[in-house]
Amino acid sequence: MATGIKDKVAILGMGCSRFGERWDASPDDLMVEAFAEAIADAGIERDRIEAAWLGVFYQEQGVARSGLPLSLALRLPNVPVTRVENLCATGSEALRGAVYAVAAGAADIALAFGVEKLKDTGFAGLPERTKGTFDDLWQPGFTPPGAFAQLGAAYAARHGLPMADVKRAMAHVSWKSHENAVHSPKAHLRNRITIDQALAAPMVAYPLGLYDCCGVSDGAACAIVTTPAIAASLGKRDMVTVKALALAPSNGVEMGHASWDGGHTLTTRIAAQRAYKEAGISDPSREINLMEVHDCFSITELVLMEDLGFSAHGRAVHDILDGRYDRDGAVPCQTDGGLKCFGHPVGASGLRMAYEIYTQLLGRAGERQLASPSLGLTHNLGGIPNRNVASVSVLGLHRGQ
Amino acid sequence: MNAFGILQFGAYLPRLRLERSAIAEATGWAAGLRGGKAKGARSYCAWDEDSLTMAVEAARDCLSGRDRGEVAALTFASTTHPFADRNNAGVVADALDLRPALRTLDSAGHQRAGVSAMLDAVRTARSGAGTTLVVAAESRAAKPASEQESRFGHGAAAVLIGTGPDLAAEWIGDATLRADFVDHFRTAEAETDYAYEERWVRDEGYLALMPQTIKAALGAIESAVVKHLVVQGPQRFATAVAKASGIAATAVIDDLHAECGDTGVAHPLLLLGAALERAQAGDIVVVASFGQGCDAIVLRATGRKASQGRGCAGAVASGVPNREYLRFLSNSGVVAIDWGMRAERDNRTAQPAAWRRHRDVTAFVGGRCRKCDTVQYPLARACVNPACREFDTQVPEPLAEKAGRIKTFTEDWLAVTRSPPHVYGNVELEGGGNVFIEFTDTRPGESSVGLPVRFVFRVKDYDVLRGFHRYFWKAVPVRN
Repeated sequence: MATGIKDKVAILGMGCSRFGERWDASPDDLMVEAFAEAIADAGIERDRIEAAWLGVFYQEQGVARSGLPLSLALRLPNVPVTRVENLCATGSEALRGAVYAVAAGAADIALAFGVEKLKDTGFAGLPERTKGTFDDLWQPGFTPPGAFAQLGAAYAARHGLPMADVKRAMAHVSWKSHENAVHSPKAHLRNRITIDQALAAPMVAYPLGLYDCCGVSDGAACAIVTTPAIAASLGKRDMVTVKALALAPSNGVEMGHASWDGGHTLTTRIAAQRAYKEAGISDPSREINLMEVHDCFSITELVLMEDLGFSAHGRAVHDILDGRYDRDGAVPCQTDGGLKCFGHPVGASGLRMAYEIYTQLLGRAGERQLASPSLGLTHNLGGIPNRNVASVSVLGLHRGQ
Repeated sequence: MNAFGILQFGAYLPRLRLERSAIAEATGWAAGLRGGKAKGARSYCAWDEDSLTMAVEAARDCLSGRDRGEVAALTFASTTHPFADRNNAGVVADALDLRPALRTLDSAGHQRAGVSAMLDAVRTARSGAGTTLVVAAESRAAKPASEQESRFGHGAAAVLIGTGPDLAAEWIGDATLRADFVDHFRTAEAETDYAYEERWVRDEGYLALMPQTIKAALGAIESAVVKHLVVQGPQRFATAVAKASGIAATAVIDDLHAECGDTGVAHPLLLLGAALERAQAGDIVVVASFGQGCDAIVLRATGRKASQGRGCAGAVASGVPNREYLRFLSNSGVVAIDWGMRAERDNRTAQPAAWRRHRDVTAFVGGRCRKCDTVQYPLARACVNPACREFDTQVPEPLAEKAGRIKTFTEDWLAVTRSPPHVYGNVELEGGGNVFIEFTDTRPGESSVGLPVRFVFRVKDYDVLRGFHRYFWKAVPVRN
């Protein structure tokens, strides 16, 4: 019987590039920037890495297909590099690969990498992408904001809430992330905004205004993982271990079956339950100290608070407006600014989230440091609300003797 | 002897109606004396409509409440078929999910293409070869500031021709006169017409050719008993033809210039619909078509309603006047708006996949699970019902005529569309099923969760690199 991943793998070191419109940087530059930090943090030689997983989503944008780009950029000693892609959960998928390799005993030390170079084509926004030979014939020509905006009207209708109330909570979500990003030196958008600014912003896709949408950014993030025993032998005392890695892809229900109400993310609920079980969490609101969720759009973060079990059904609007997820709230969310302000280089985002949890758990978060957190959650939603891949990971502090 | 004739009638006019005063306002500086007649409005295609999509909508209206299995042949008449070498009638037949053993023919090349097809259809019926659906649609382009720009309209009409106890109009007679009279022409290479002096067209064309053809069609019937006369052409020509034919001026059916304009090949069929809507049982109706000669048809109304759907009156009433001359030019392809980098997406159609799933897409046929009765789109190998998930249990389930309600939606100002915002969302189907689909003909602010919608056949994507475009169904709000 499977025993789960809890505490079998520790993070030896992590790195994250500065996110943003990195006109100055090539994909190689971003990878080297993140790796230099991680390898120094790990305190090992590069050649100790025995296998690597590279997460890239938009290969159209120049990072290229296959595992080669990572092997070439880091001049790895011909160790296996596997390229993975699972929509916006790509970075978390790379982490899964590396963590499972270590847990399986196939490698002592493995590298998980996520990188995306979105700003090299002169095209604003995420690239248009074919949905395949059949789906293009019938699926709407949607954009990410338009696809996620669907949650807004359906959520409001489902809970009988005026859109104005939902919009105010959405504005609070974005305002909070901007406040947090001010103290997040590597974040893409580090300016403050007001609630009124968010509410008055031009409409992108009803009900989402400009400030309800995350940034399109370049960036890279990575993790070097090993067993707790090896980490200890390398001199690590307090370390961050993996408590749970859950993944749940849609199987068609949301897009094709009447049971989905349009106002929640079904796969998140499934992945969250699996992750809580694997990590041994019975009450996430009390046990989890911080979270980095997939706030590609403010409405996504809003419904996720319910899907992840932090707010009761229909209560997210009130909890958000009460400040429950602010940096000084009960369960701080997006302490680094989130996708909204730290930025969203798709393949790197899952690992960027893990980086923030790791940084906070080790007490290295500087001005935005929370008071001694011990358990953090990351969540990705790849795809669109009615067809997606959800990933929920839990990382925890494992105190040394 | 069996009676033959018109079983049913259907019509479609685009919702968009451009007020002619807006054309005059925009082009008056250039049009000079030609800019005079600025009354009423003309119909024009939405960005995702063409002759073919209008033909499908008119045909659906024509087939309202009928068993589509009775249709043995389909003729699609137009001078603006979207494809020069692809069976346009075949696409219409596919959209209507008609039987595979269906004779499909495109009738084209002149303004009589619609009425001539009706003459053939009645001969087909008499020969025992079954019922023909004749659908005519037209979306002619015109040069800015031209007389045609203001006079033309876009639209479609359909008639079902056959035999049976439920005829709406009995076919009494017809006559044809061919004459290579060039009142206007459009070469195969040209986008727009070249037209000659109206007075010559009236005197040597309409008045010289039409009355004799009408007389031949009437045979023993006195022209004075004709109660309704349709003449394909401007109202003043129709009035002159009536007078020359000995038909009362009050019989002349209004040319709908004020409501939609001249819809070309579709127009005599559309006006026939108007005539049948007002005809009493026993009324004699004459339809005279003009284009390199004349076709004339004599019908006797039976008293049965020709239209079981929106009909001509409903099509006319569906219009919403607007003054967006630049939108009209954009939709007509005269002006190329910059739709931005997102519009550069390659919309190449993967024909092997499109052919494999053509019934799913063109006819909008999904699946119904035989085990759990769940309706789903698209049909898949395994049932989507989470409580079922059985393999290979689904049978085809037509969805196009189902009603639906909006479950989720957005109005997306970022996505590519030639009519922002791009509106799309999830629609819950009556009787089960959920489909993620584009909306069309929807104003910003009009959509809401729970709003009833129906489906219409439209252009899904343009492939500007290859000149191809593909069709699919879209949701529109149900309007009374």
